[in-house]
Amino acid sequence: MLTIVYFAWVRERIGLDEEQMARPDAGTTIADLIALLAARGGGYADALGDATRLRAALDQRFMALDTPIGDARELALFPPVTGG
Amino acid sequence: MKRVAVQAGDFDVAAELVALEALGGGGVASFTGVVRGGGGLIALELEHYPAMTQAQVDRICDEAMARWPLLGLSVIHRFGRLEPGARIVFVGTASRHRTAALESCAFLIDWLKSEAPFWKKEHFEGGATGWVEARVEDETKAKGWG
Repeated sequence: MLTIVYFAWVRERIGLDEEQMARPDAGTTIADLIALLAARGGGYADALGDATRLRAALDQRFMALDTPIGDARELALFPPVTGG
Repeated sequence: MKRVAVQAGDFDVAAELVALEALGGGGVASFTGVVRGGGGLIALELEHYPAMTQAQVDRICDEAMARWPLLGLSVIHRFGRLEPGARIVFVGTASRHRTAALESCAFLIDWLKSEAPFWKKEHFEGGATGWVEARVEDETKAKGWG
């Protein structure tokens, strides 16, 4: 299984902090998975419909959206960070 | 000395500076970020990615220690609900050289802004809320350090 965690307005629009899904094929990229999730419609489409507004981390490391998910256990999806 | 803290509670700037001064380097630089009021803002809510934040801030600190001859550094970042005037973030650096202390302090705060997993939500009088948008110039500044 793959755990997906959401933060900030991505979390609010989807209405979930995290969820589990069946592990996709190893070659599936983060962007591919975002498109799959957005196709669920509703809050998912609101949160994930425009991938240019999203950033991601695999197993707690920032990764470009064209990175394959491979054998990562946790994918995080969120807007660009605004700390400091 | 490398001190990294991600915490809900406030911190004591004077105590942090004293600890850095005690390293004996002769030069201490620091930056304190404070919630800016105005525009009807009643609070900032800082969300973060608990499983990642500490390790990521630690990596940013290691990067600063690799780039500058530092005797020590201290980075504290708060999360949770913070009202105008509250401290959000502290960066302090100690070195034998003022340039190293000042530059590494600027580097750390620039990198924290674009490389640490925090998100700010604004709460306004009347109940309106909004997520702070990342500023392109913040990312440009962080990249400017190469």
